[in-house]
Amino acid sequence: MKKQATREAYGKALLELGKQHQDIVVLDADLSKSTKTAEFARVFPERFINAGIAEQNMMGMSAGLAAAGKTVFASTFAVFAAGRAFEQIRNSIAYAALDVKICATHAGITVGEDGGSHQSVEDIALMRIIPGMRVVVPADGPSTGQLLEQLYHRKGPAYLRLGRLAVDQVYAEDNKLELDRGVELKIGTEATIVACGIMVDRAIQAWELLSREGISVSVVDMHTIKPLDQELLIKKAKETGAILTVEEHSIIGGLGSAVCEIVSEYYPVPVLRMGIKDQFGQSGRPEELLQHYGLGVEDIVQKVRNLLEIK
Amino acid sequence: MREINDRAVLQVKEKALAIRRHIVTMLSAAGSGHTGGSLSASDIVACLYFWEMNLDPANPDWENRDRFVLSKGHAAPVLYAALAERGFFPTEQLMTLRKLGSPLQGHPDMRKLAGVEASTGSLGQGISWAVGMALAGKIDKKPHRVYVMVGDGELEEGMVWEASMAAAHYKLDNLLLFVDHNGLQIDGKISEVLSPEPISDKFRAFGWHVIEVDGHHIPDIMEALNQARRVKGQPVVIVAATTKGKGCSFMEDRVEWHGTAPNREEMDKALAELV
Repeated sequence: MKKQATREAYGKALLELGKQHQDIVVLDADLSKSTKTAEFARVFPERFINAGIAEQNMMGMSAGLAAAGKTVFASTFAVFAAGRAFEQIRNSIAYAALDVKICATHAGITVGEDGGSHQSVEDIALMRIIPGMRVVVPADGPSTGQLLEQLYHRKGPAYLRLGRLAVDQVYAEDNKLELDRGVELKIGTEATIVACGIMVDRAIQAWELLSREGISVSVVDMHTIKPLDQELLIKKAKETGAILTVEEHSIIGGLGSAVCEIVSEYYPVPVLRMGIKDQFGQSGRPEELLQHYGLGVEDIVQKVRNLLEIK
Repeated sequence: MREINDRAVLQVKEKALAIRRHIVTMLSAAGSGHTGGSLSASDIVACLYFWEMNLDPANPDWENRDRFVLSKGHAAPVLYAALAERGFFPTEQLMTLRKLGSPLQGHPDMRKLAGVEASTGSLGQGISWAVGMALAGKIDKKPHRVYVMVGDGELEEGMVWEASMAAAHYKLDNLLLFVDHNGLQIDGKISEVLSPEPISDKFRAFGWHVIEVDGHHIPDIMEALNQARRVKGQPVVIVAATTKGKGCSFMEDRVEWHGTAPNREEMDKALAELV
């Protein structure tokens, strides 16, 4: 299967959406070649606004455009979207419940060589805490396209977290993914791995290794972190009695936290969280970084073993 | 162009007076809020709502309406008073300002009150919002205009200048910015806290057409608005020299009236002057 970065899939899907829907306006902050909005800009220059290197104003303008009836897709790197423009997203976009989709690329440590200043490990937490904000982290190219189209039809603010790194396909092009509904990719009995983004594929690889050892685990792609698919999560807690969360994000405030919030209230079972352990990233090759920060496939396998010991 | 005549000027003056009386009364009832900056903006807001803008209070979402964004959202009382006087909601509702469950929030909330075009209050954001609205107007080739008001202290927000760059870059001649230049901010004189001067030169350097006006002289404000309509290919800023607390002698140019509401006695004293 071909590798594709979720940002690549975003650029393609956005162009297709733009062809179908005249109300779509796309904004970028001088990163259109990297966020892949450049193709939309080339085809629909009259509906593309380059905000320049001014993310705060980009979010404010997005609010004004949405208030005037546009469906807005605003893109930049995750660290500048969720971080630098946080309060504009909160007060101008989310407080007014406006139809702005913040599509942030270069999330997580797999940004790679650019280093810690550009590796957002906090954005899920920042966006998740804003009232009314939907938070979506697709696993691969095909699911990005599918979820983006559904986001267009779902009114209100949303944060779509995308990556720089080309990743293996988890889904077929004609997948039937549903926004707000987690996906049981593998069904096993002893524990459930709940993953999002690029960690979904690695969770599947871990599942294969565990299967060979005779360990039976479920794998869930929790692509929508808010609103979280509570029903599926509680079902998996009941069925398997232990959960491991895996994300390319701080273990504070992201998928792991969201899962713990629900599981602890409705069906307490042991939960272990894998992610970046309250620290910044650094320069390196993406694969090296994932190994360095303990997000390798073997790390997931080992963590599942640990989880089964405490279950 | 709108016609400037004695009758129009008199009508706007009467509305400005009514707005100021509402401001003082509702703030006194609320027991908190921003009096000074609401009063300094009253004459400009009266010109907009009772002379300049195309609006339909019976149809607040009318597609081709002109939009006004109060970027200095803490002056919400001046906006609420104008909307009520213009017929968007009954004036009695003004007395619910800042009360639990009221659509008249401490800062404007477009989701709670018809006629409010933007949820503002976090300074610097309303101007970006207005730039977005003006861009939408250009994309859709709509004739409506977008008006936005910032405070002079608000010019200290970096985002204002990001928005100013964008407005000039995209040649937004359907955008008109007012700077309510009353010279005071919470901590004191803007010249002492962190001077945004020279204001007009800054906007000129950013590519704007600048008009300076006495923000309490209604025929001059009207003339500036007409002049603004003739400018093509660039955004217009009207830098309006105003007095904080204008209309109530004991509040005028006094920084302590930035974020203070009048008590009953002060309200009576103010209303006695606002006749």
